[in-house]
Formats: sequence, structure tokens, C-alpha cells
Amino acid sequence: MHIVVCIKQVPDSAQIRVHPVTNTIMRQGVPTIINPYDLFSLEEALRLRDQLGGKVTVITMGPKMAIEALKKCISYGADDAILLTDKVFAGSDTLATSFALASTIAKIGETTPVDMVFCGKQTIDGDTAQVGPGIARRLHMQQLTYVAQVEKVDLDKGEIVVHRRSEGGVQVLATKLPCLVTMLEGSNVMRYGSMDDLFRAARYEVAEWDHKAAGITVTAQCGLKGSPTVVKKVFAPPARAVKAEMIKTEGKTPREVADALLTSVFAKHPKLEMEIGQ
Amino acid sequence: MSAEDQDQEQTPVAAAPRRGDGADLSVYHGVWVFVELERGKVHPVSWELLGEGRKLATHLGVPLSGVVLGPDQPATQEACDHAFEYGADSVYLMRGPVLTDYRTDPYTAGLTDLVNTFKPEIMLLGASTLGRDLAGALATTLATGLTADCTELRIDDETRSLAATRPTFGGSLLCTIHTLEYRPQMATVRPRVMAMPDRVPGKRGQIIEHQPKMPEEDVITKILSFIPDSDAEKAQLAYADIVVAGGRGLGKPENFKLVQDLAAVLGGDYGGSRPVTHAGWISADRQIGQTGKTIRPKLYIAAGISGAIQHRVGVEGADVIIAINSDPNAPIFDFATFGIVGDALQILPALTEALQERLAARKAAQ
Ligand SMILES: Cc1cc2nc3c(=O)[nH]c(=O)nc-3n(C[C@H](O)[C@H](O)[C@H](O)COP(=O)(O)OP(=O)(O)OC[C@H]3O[C@@H](n4cnc5c(N)ncnc54)[C@H](O)[C@@H]3O)c2cc1C
Ligand SMILES: Cc1cc2nc3c(=O)[nH]c(=O)nc-3n(C[C@H](O)[C@H](O)[C@H](O)COP(=O)(O)OP(=O)(O)OC[C@H]3O[C@@H](n4cnc5c(N)ncnc54)[C@H](O)[C@@H]3O)c2cc1C
Repeated sequence: MHIVVCIKQVPDSAQIRVHPVTNTIMRQGVPTIINPYDLFSLEEALRLRDQLGGKVTVITMGPKMAIEALKKCISYGADDAILLTDKVFAGSDTLATSFALASTIAKIGETTPVDMVFCGKQTIDGDTAQVGPGIARRLHMQQLTYVAQVEKVDLDKGEIVVHRRSEGGVQVLATKLPCLVTMLEGSNVMRYGSMDDLFRAARYEVAEWDHKAAGITVTAQCGLKGSPTVVKKVFAPPARAVKAEMIKTEGKTPREVADALLTSVFAKHPKLEMEIGQ
Repeated sequence: MSAEDQDQEQTPVAAAPRRGDGADLSVYHGVWVFVELERGKVHPVSWELLGEGRKLATHLGVPLSGVVLGPDQPATQEACDHAFEYGADSVYLMRGPVLTDYRTDPYTAGLTDLVNTFKPEIMLLGASTLGRDLAGALATTLATGLTADCTELRIDDETRSLAATRPTFGGSLLCTIHTLEYRPQMATVRPRVMAMPDRVPGKRGQIIEHQPKMPEEDVITKILSFIPDSDAEKAQLAYADIVVAGGRGLGKPENFKLVQDLAAVLGGDYGGSRPVTHAGWISADRQIGQTGKTIRPKLYIAAGISGAIQHRVGVEGADVIIAINSDPNAPIFDFATFGIVGDALQILPALTEALQERLAARKAAQ
């Protein structure tokens, strides 16, 4: 069983600040983390490997500093890690990103065929949820998104059964390997890496691939050139013109405050009074 | 084999032509909205998108069309009828047993075929679980741009292109994205972000039917069964008219009952901020905000919620927002309609009591 897990290093968005004057994102000094959704996929991949044997290869496309994120994955128990890094990939939108990652996975598969690819449900920065489906299309793999549970994998028959979240319920799907899975958050809990893996991660040399190593000969589909979307403007959300009407509280009991609120609200929004209690 | 080779050999349809290749993009004409029909029901986000699509189509002076894929059953015909009533001039229809339940492959193949045959300039889909699964696949087979989770759609007059605005970095910034040299221009919008348009009962239009080409034998993924959510799990939060929510300021899980009590008296639903769903005070599907549900109620009451940007983006569509917070400087007062600086643990039960009395008085008067 050979599983490739795609991860992305993202800024810890709880700590993102926007420059008040220039409206640009102040990335400097913002710590980076592995996209939290990717950890559910990595853990599921590790579990399947532990059950069925084989190996887990983790890949990411990004700058050199993404090596840290890959090493972290090794410390959790991943077997190998590859960093796809090349300036031709700069400015990739999701179409160009899925092209670069799919090419890389196809190349990896030349040495050891890939049975499954795992992606996160979405990232917390770009937050499009488009890269996984893009990779699945390009590699002609069955696409299984929002998976809550991998029920069983039969390697001999090349079959897999999963529970997929859909509107109003869960689809139980049977399909063939190779396939691409994105895991739902909360579907498992990331393990603590063993001492051995921790030591291995410290010494591990992450392979660095450029576009040629990934088997890409024509770069027209890469980076800014290969990206149909164009970001034209970045700006801060406009402030609300009208401030909240504050209900006076001094010297009032909670009940008096509540009555004062309801009187104000229904005076301004008479229709609302008929809506309540329905 | 590299992905490049595979693309050349196996992509079933021609990619949308690029302006850079000297292709004439003006053959792409009209605004399409994908009508999300699943198990006999249309997701309301489809109607919200028809409302938005109407504005774009009018601005461009082109027709607005719904696209309906589904089984050969009455619900599919009904979805077409409703699409007209919510504003579509025409409907592109593809039906057959292979489209009975949503699966990525036959839906992607069907839509790809429709787009390549009839060439719309804009294609809108809901950012639901189905819509996100489909949009990402479709944009890849069409090799075109797809902007996710837009909160505003406009036409840029200079380029006649779709200007799609979406929040990024958790809503702290907005960015406007264009797809200039590829067609169609694709975008997804989350449920409840756009307003529901008025329905014109009985309005009809032209149905253009096209046959699905993918035979069932070619569909590798099979549906073994469907496990419907229990009613308790089916939080209809996104579509509730009245929502009461609590945050970390409530202090402990037992206090959440105060929120539920008020919601019950109001006849509304309840939810919470991320910390309280993460801590398990209430179930995860009741989280409101950027990574939870977007709501658009007539009345939203937030108690003990600070109003962080990731929460704000999920509630801004509410008509009236009432905030109860002990901190006069809490950011929630920047976007609330009414504010009370006070202890939610005291104000919530007082509000419940006051409302109970008003409702009783109303009943007695009837
Ligand atoms: C503010 C902003 C807005 C954007 N909006 C759009 C948009 O609307 N449309 C668009 O096409 N592009 C958009 N982009 C570009 C997009 O973010 C990048 O293409 C990015 O490389 C991948 O998209 P994502 O972060 O949305 O990933 P998602 O599609 O949300 O990621 C899903 C999964 O794919 C895998 N994955 C994603 N990126 C990588 C990677 N670099 N290496 C390894 N695995 C990865 C991970 O497993 C991840 O969990 C935007 C970028 C920014 C900064
Ligand atoms: C990637 C990302 C995605 C996120 N997505 C979401 C999301 O979808 N939804 C979401 O909600 N958050 C989200 N968050 C988290 C968000 O940034 C905030 O941390 C969160 O909304 C804060 O929740 P809170 O207001 O309940 O808690 P706090 O920020 O801790 O606020 C508690 C408030 O209660 C007030 N208070 C205290 N005691 C009382 C009292 N007795 N009576 C009245 N008021 C009292 C305090 O003054 C304070 O304002 C996200 C964050 C990130 C990084």
C-alpha cells in the first residue's frame, strides 16, 4: 500500500494581522503550522499503513521553509517526504497547484505505484477546497471528499468502502483504487509520534524537487502563467456606517433592561414582534 | 506517465479556448446556475444564486439559465419549473438513471458536456458539500478559473468579466478575483450569503434537453446505502429565522441552557461560537462563522460572544443583531444593531421571562 499525503504549510491565522495603512497581510513573524485539516488525512493514512503495510509519502509545494512542516510529518510517523519547490510554481492558483501536485504524484508513482492520495478537506488560508478534486481529475482517480470514515480497504481486490458526508446524511460508497480521499475534521485524532520517529525526523533529509524532477517538461500550466484566476484587488472590509443602539443599564434590574430592549427592538422592527414564538 | 501526458491523451473534451491563443471568447454567452437537486430536493442555495445570476445577466444583457441534472422522475421536472419561477429564462436539462444520486464522475462528465456544447460565459454553483465536490472537478476538466466562497459578484464593465469578491485570511481581508482569459468564469457561493429572490408562481420558459453520455458501466463509484441524519442532527440553523447563540462568555456548559431556553421561547434555533463547539458544549454542526454555518436570520442574538472577524462573517446577513456582552469595548458592538453591556447570565433569563409574558398577553388578546 503506497499512500501519498498532500499537506500545506499555512500561517497560523489566529495570529494574522492586517497592516492598518497599507491593508496588506503582515506575514512577518507569524508562526506557520501544518494546515489543521491535513492532519486528519495524515492520521488516516498512517492508520491504513499500520493496518495493511506499505508506506506513506508526504508532499508539499511551497518555499524552502516548508521543510519544517514535512519533518513534523515524519515525526508523526510518515515514511518519506518530498518538497516541491521551484520559482516556476510561484503565484499558482488551484488549477496550477493541482497540476504541479498531480505531476509530482505521477512521478512518485513511477517508482512505487500510488494506491491512495489524501488531501485535507480545505486549507485555512486559501480555503477553496479545490486542490483535492483537481488532483483526482488529473490523475483519473476516484474522488472521495468529506469522508467521515474509511470502512474497509481490500488491497487484493483493489476496493475501498467509505462513509461520505453529504447533505442530510451519509453516503456509503464502494469504489476502486487508486482513489483520492479528503477527510472530514474530527474523524480521528492525530497520534503522538514515537521517540524513534522523533529522532528520525531530526536527521531526515527532505528531498527537494524542482519542476524537472516532477516530470514537468512544459511549464505553461505552472505558476502565474498557468493560473486562470487573477487577483485584482485586496482590501479591508468596509466598516458599518451605523453603530449599535445601546440599551441603558444603569440602575436597572435585568428584567427592566430586557423590557427596554424589547420595546426598542419592536418599535423599530414591528414585523419582528409577529415573527417570534411562531 | 506524467499528468501532462494524461491531460493530452485522456481529457474527454476540449478545454475552453484562451484569448492568448487567439480564440474568440465572445462565443461564450449567458449566465448559468447549477441547480443542486439531491434526493428529490433542491438546495435553496440554487435559488439564491438564480437571484444573484439575474443581476449579472441583466447587466450583461444575456439570458439566465438553470442547469438541472437528475433522474427521470417528477422531482427533476419540478426542479425545472421552480428554476423558472425563481428567475431562469431557460433550463438546460440532463436526466437519466446514471444521475439518480450524486456521484462526482457522471455529474462532472454531464456538466462538462453541457458547458462545451452550449458555452455559457459564467457558471455559478453553491459552496455546499455537493457543490464544492463538483465545482473543483468541473473547473479542472474545463481548465478554467474557479473562485471559491464569493460574498459579492459584479460585472467589471471595462473587461466585461466577472469580479468575484471573497473573504480571505478568515475574513480579515477581502479580495476580488477575475478570470480574464478563460471561459466559463466559475464561482461558488455559500448558502445564505445571498438573499432569496421572490418567486413568481407559474412562470415558465424553454427547456433544452441533452442526454447523458456516460453509461453506468463506466461509473466506478457505487452507492451502497444512504444513512439519513436523525432529526436531532438535522440542525436547520442556516435557514432559521431566529437564532440565539452563546460564546465562551457563558462560562460553563450548563449555562448554555439559558441560550436554548430563549431560543425555544422565540421559536428559533440555537448555535455558538467556535470555542463552545470545540469544547463540546453543543454539537459541531451548530458552529456559526467562517468555518461553521453562515446564517441570515431576521433576528440574531449573541450572548457572551466577542465578535471576532471569523464569527462576524457568518452573521452579517442578519436583519437585526442583538449583542449581550459584559465588555463595552467588545468588537461585536461594532456590527450589532442593539447592544446591552451586561452579564448574559442575568440578561438571558430576564429576556426569556419578558418574552414569555408578552407572548402570553398576545395569546390572551386573541
Ligand atoms: C487570499 C487568497 C485567495 C485565493 N482564492 C483563490 C480562488 O478563489 N481560486 C483559486 O483557484 N485560487 C485561489 N487562491 C490560490 C490558492 O490559495 C492557491 O492555489 C493554493 O496553492 C491552494 O489553494 P487552497 O489553499 O485553497 O487549497 P485547498 O484546495 O483548500 O486545499 C485542499 C488540500 O489540498 C492540498 N494542498 C493545497 N495546497 C497544497 C500545496 N501547496 N502543497 C501540497 N498540498 C496542497 C492540501 O491537502 C489541502 O488540505 C487564493 C489565494 C489567496 C492567498
Ligand atoms: C481559521 C479560523 C477559523 C475560525 N472560525 C470560526 C468560526 O467559524 N466561528 C467562530 O465563532 N469563531 C471562529 N474562529 C475563532 C475566532 O477567532 C474567535 O476566537 C471566537 O469566535 C471567539 O469565540 P467567543 O466570542 O465565544 O470567545 P471570546 O473571544 O473568548 O469572547 C468571550 C466574550 O464573552 C464576554 N463575556 C465574558 N463573560 C461574560 C458574561 N458573563 N456576560 C456577557 N459577556 C461575557 C467577553 O467580554 C468576551 O467578549 C476561527 C478562528 C480561526 C483562526
